[in-house]
Amino acid sequence: MNHHILSVLVQNRPGVLARVAGLFARRDYNIFSLAVAPAENEGFSRITIVVDVDSAPLEQITKQLFKLIEVVKISELDPLRSVERELLLATVRVSPEQRGQVVELATIFEGKILAVGVEAITISLDGHPDKLDDFEELLAGYGIVELQRTGRVALPKLDKESRLRAVAHKGKAG
Amino acid sequence: MKLTGAQALIKSLEMEGVEVMFGLPGGCILPAYDPLLDSSIRHILVRHEQGAGHMAEGYAHVTGRPGVAMVTSGPAATNMVTPLCDAYMDSIPMVCITGQVSTTAIGTDAFQECDTVGITRSVTKHNELVMTAQNLPMAVRQSFRIATTGRPGPTLIDVPKDVLQNSMEWYWPTDAEVVDSLPGYRPNVKGHPRMIKEAAKLILASERPILYVGGGILKARAADALRELAEMTDIHVVTTLMARGAFPDDHPLCLGMPGMHGNATAITALQRSDLLITLGARFDDRITGKVSTFAPDAKVIHVDIDPAEQGKVRRPDVPIVGDCRLVIEELIRAIRDMEQSGTPRADTGAWKSRISGWREQFPLSYEASEPGEALKPQYCLEQLRDNAPEGTILVSGVGQHQMWSSQYWRFNEPYTWVNSGGLGTMGFSVPAAIGAKVGRPDRTVWAVDGDGCFQMTAQELVTASVERIPIKVAILNNSYLGMVRQWQEMFYDERYSEVYLSPELPDFVKWAEAMGCVGIRVDSPEEVQPAIDKANSIDDRPVVVDFRVDAREKVFPMVPAGMGNDDLILPDSQMPRKGALK
Ligand SMILES: Cc1ncc(C[n+]2csc(CCOP(=O)(O)OP(=O)(O)O)c2C)c(N)n1
Repeated sequence: MNHHILSVLVQNRPGVLARVAGLFARRDYNIFSLAVAPAENEGFSRITIVVDVDSAPLEQITKQLFKLIEVVKISELDPLRSVERELLLATVRVSPEQRGQVVELATIFEGKILAVGVEAITISLDGHPDKLDDFEELLAGYGIVELQRTGRVALPKLDKESRLRAVAHKGKAG
Repeated sequence: MKLTGAQALIKSLEMEGVEVMFGLPGGCILPAYDPLLDSSIRHILVRHEQGAGHMAEGYAHVTGRPGVAMVTSGPAATNMVTPLCDAYMDSIPMVCITGQVSTTAIGTDAFQECDTVGITRSVTKHNELVMTAQNLPMAVRQSFRIATTGRPGPTLIDVPKDVLQNSMEWYWPTDAEVVDSLPGYRPNVKGHPRMIKEAAKLILASERPILYVGGGILKARAADALRELAEMTDIHVVTTLMARGAFPDDHPLCLGMPGMHGNATAITALQRSDLLITLGARFDDRITGKVSTFAPDAKVIHVDIDPAEQGKVRRPDVPIVGDCRLVIEELIRAIRDMEQSGTPRADTGAWKSRISGWREQFPLSYEASEPGEALKPQYCLEQLRDNAPEGTILVSGVGQHQMWSSQYWRFNEPYTWVNSGGLGTMGFSVPAAIGAKVGRPDRTVWAVDGDGCFQMTAQELVTASVERIPIKVAILNNSYLGMVRQWQEMFYDERYSEVYLSPELPDFVKWAEAMGCVGIRVDSPEEVQPAIDKANSIDDRPVVVDFRVDAREKVFPMVPAGMGNDDLILPDSQMPRKGALK
């Protein structure tokens, strides 16, 4: 999938997420993942959306998003120039003999063992989504009982020049 | 000053300058109807909420001021969905107020509860559920600001019953407070100077330019600026269905309507152009036909206040985000400056003579009926047009009669044409005409309707009679859902499926009379003129004229859906010379 990451600053008002989600559905744009949380300044939230740009040109997506009244700023994060993180939780079926192997895998990936049962083990791993993909694939061999990923969040890499390209920003009126 | 939420709501509407609103009360909105009794605002009681919405639209169309509708919760709110969507598609400023169940009952599936904000989210420019009485003035101010600025559109305020009943301390937010409360809403009105220069350069260099003008010109109140630009550059203008009247039809540079049922010259001028100067138009599929074959040699200048229109359908060479009037004025200045500093104008002489050749060979035409034959709908329209009092506003429904209206009327003044373009809402015309007449009581308002459309919202003629709003309705009655019949005849081997209405039911004259109108039936060409004269002379009640017209008549030219504009079908008599459209 050809993806792009949009970091969308929105006014934190009821229904904002429904508006954003509704826009994607209505215009037939695909969301690959979505994460929402309060932003640094009060009254605002940041929505990190990974969009499938095969479904529509990114420019149209950002312009349509920008028409939503609560959307204040949209930044496009170039995957090469941003840090991306995601969290994975997985419960894997393991026999007591296999447990060691899975613990070793988790250690190699710098994951954490959250709970151990007789026939299952729950692991958490955070990191770059690609790393999580690899880990998930390896776990699949043992049998995943339940798996939950958060969807990615991202920030621009701290470079000398700002890597954050504001594609749309509504400045103060004037 | 302590007010109830209901009083604050009505006072806020007064403060916004609302003179008239359209609506119908019910349980949840009841508290707001009480202070209305003491208000300066005229309320027009409709017979169906959809009517209130279309009336608000008609009012907004002709006045440029936002239309206001107020209805209750649940079924009333859902009845409002069609007009909201209609206004959204055609960028009509409109503010709708809906009642909602009390805040304590929200989410419990209470009586007449529905998720109004959820249902209308995708058909409004913005909507909001107001949860405290104190917030009502701000919510009203925001709604009006959003509805009327930038690209206009409908907004909705959903107000729970207890919010209307609770008390609040009256305050009226300042302009600055309203602007600050909407940090994500900053419409850009001034075009980028570099882009405007770029556009001026292209215009002067073009040998086959066309001004492709859409409804945005009317929203921007830019008709005068457009005329100045067209005359100064001597460039022909096509006006889309939404822009009829934005440039006078009797102006030598006016080519009229392009698109699916446009005239051959307007369609072909776009098609062969080397520069589309696109002003407040959006490359709708009804204009472009098959996009990949649309105006293949043309560069595109695209002026629109909505940045999302740029590149949505056709990639512009010069995108200009801004208000059409301001941008055109800047453009005129830029062209003048360039000419003064010696930039030559390309020779458009050959292009002009091609255009006049097409105009001569491909006028709109239909076969007049022989004596004793059925009445032609186009003839009725010509007669309506030629006998219309100065300044008449024409409103239409959706279907064949709409296309003939746009084709055969002569629009020489902006804001004299009201129709449902984007959504194509059958049932639009009667209520929209009522709204238009309320907005411009000094004007004659004719609604041209189909017999199918009329039956969807005719009950509002009762509203018109009771409220003394003397509109005139011409039903071009072909006993069919005519436009659908035309498609079935042409594209489904004349297999007519569910398009035949009834020639005798309803009796439109009796129905009109039952609703307090004058009803007139017209069967033959000789009766047309007297009927129109009579209708035009009546000014104390609505009039309905039932023109019994030839059901076999089809709208031409036609670009079949999904085909390119070069595949247009002309009237039979012109088909043999179609090759001249080169
Ligand atoms: C609410 C709605 N339903 C269906 C349609 C599809 N439709 C478009 S034109 C048309 C026929 C309209 O018939 P009539 O009002 O008699 O007008 P005519 O085409 O005969 O002039 C229909 C059914 C529509 N545009 N709107």
